[in-house]
Amino acid sequence: MMSELLANTELLRKILVGFVREEVRKVGISKVVLGLSGGIDSALVAFIAAEALDPENVHAICMPYRTSNPESEKHARLVAEACGIRFSVVPITTMVDAYFEKFPDADNMRRGNKMARERMTILFDHSALLRALVLGTSNKTELLLGYGTLYGDMASALNPIGDIYKSQVWQLSAAMGVPREVIEKQPSADLWAGQTDEEELGFSYRQVDKLLFRMVDKRLTRQELAAEGFDGEFVESIHAKIQNSHFKRRLPVIAKVSNRTIDRDFRYARDWGK
Amino acid sequence: MDFTVVLAQIKPKLGCVVENLASVEERIAAAREAGADLIVFPELALSGYFLKDLVPDVALRVDSAEIQRLVELSRGISIAIGFVEETDDYHFFNSALYLEDGAIRHLHRKVYLPTYGLFDEQRYLARGEAFRAFDTRFGRFGMLICEDMWHLSASYILAMDGATTLICLSSSPARGIEGDSLGSAAAWQKLVSTTAMFLNCRVLYSNRVGFEDGVNFWGGSEYIAPSGESMVRGLLLEEDSVTARVHEGALRRERIFSPMMRDENLFVTMQELQRIAQERGR
Repeated sequence: MMSELLANTELLRKILVGFVREEVRKVGISKVVLGLSGGIDSALVAFIAAEALDPENVHAICMPYRTSNPESEKHARLVAEACGIRFSVVPITTMVDAYFEKFPDADNMRRGNKMARERMTILFDHSALLRALVLGTSNKTELLLGYGTLYGDMASALNPIGDIYKSQVWQLSAAMGVPREVIEKQPSADLWAGQTDEEELGFSYRQVDKLLFRMVDKRLTRQELAAEGFDGEFVESIHAKIQNSHFKRRLPVIAKVSNRTIDRDFRYARDWGK
Repeated sequence: MDFTVVLAQIKPKLGCVVENLASVEERIAAAREAGADLIVFPELALSGYFLKDLVPDVALRVDSAEIQRLVELSRGISIAIGFVEETDDYHFFNSALYLEDGAIRHLHRKVYLPTYGLFDEQRYLARGEAFRAFDTRFGRFGMLICEDMWHLSASYILAMDGATTLICLSSSPARGIEGDSLGSAAAWQKLVSTTAMFLNCRVLYSNRVGFEDGVNFWGGSEYIAPSGESMVRGLLLEEDSVTARVHEGALRRERIFSPMMRDENLFVTMQELQRIAQERGR
């Protein structure tokens, strides 16, 4: 039933490894840096980068907060060892707590966003320190649902997995040898112990991927989706999530006053001259 | 006559004409050294593909020093190559040149500029308005640029104009990872094989590789015999140089065996197309 979502992992691996190798080297850089959370998405990106570049040139940083599950750091370390990349730990507790001392009433969303953005500043600081490009680790499911922090975990220079669904992340991870513990555990933003993505979202990744693939990639109509047995309310709620999070997938809106406005009528590829 | 063709599966740098021209010249020298008679480069080989506002910056006039340099090099080996052409009236075309014996034998301007999906060509480029076959020292050829080939009429017109060899210069992006093979590659392979078979023509397909803003061009350049059989195919997703020996005898035998083009009724086709055009009110 999910056969459309089954990726040809051999081909996919070749494309994504080639993507990292070429897009990094063509800008005259040989290193990458990424945040390694202990979850599957960043683990897969680490494996792709290690294959694309010399593992010595891949720097993974684990950035736990005091409420992070200790298992996460253990898994991050396991992934780094499995693919032979450089690994360091930079906890974010002191920075984040110092800030929220001024805003003790902040809710979980604000705290989670702050943590994601704290991690982003560390990755981009290491980008300058190491002359390394920051690799993104958001998959297509999260990007479409807007299940990420703008300028936080969504920030990167290059994202190898942004066009593959979570279901395909699982498949490719298995094919590339990501440790089994990491593949099999429940996906979690790890903001507090016991949190899981699927509980927070209210549906499973496999369920939503099936819908997203039909709605986004195949452009099935509402009637066609209903005929395939998708619940109308579920379809509408997912459509609303995509629409309402679209701002996260675009550059900031610029007020147009000149004849050549950046990105509207001043249009160049990012690989301009590369 | 029999001849040896090299399909240069290169990785142009986006917007870097000087560097691309240097690598094109290296490929020409190597092919010539290896005894090839013809070298075919991909679409927009001198500029890269996702040019957007770079189009006027990378455009070359046919009488420019860069193009004249290639014309000179064609004294040693025939050359088919894609570039952005700038005209006297400042239109910019996605063009392909066929150069031979120090002269321009043919200039084709891409007619079908795709604007769907990831494509946006007609925003930046002017549309060509002709498909014409032309004579070369290897027989009568026709040139198509990528999307042109997805229009049956384009290949058909060239074949009816006497072309027995179709050159297709391409910058085809890789997409579709669900099947046994790459989706866009499988579709193209079906297309070039079917076209060759229907028209009893050889197809020389040259496709680029490399990434531009995350889009990967898949390569797989190939020579298809007039039977529709793929005789040699380049690497998928990697630079390559594909050498094929093309036999005149195979073309002759195929045209005796399957004389569809001999039997093709131009009168019926014209009559019906004219009727359709009239009924549409144009």
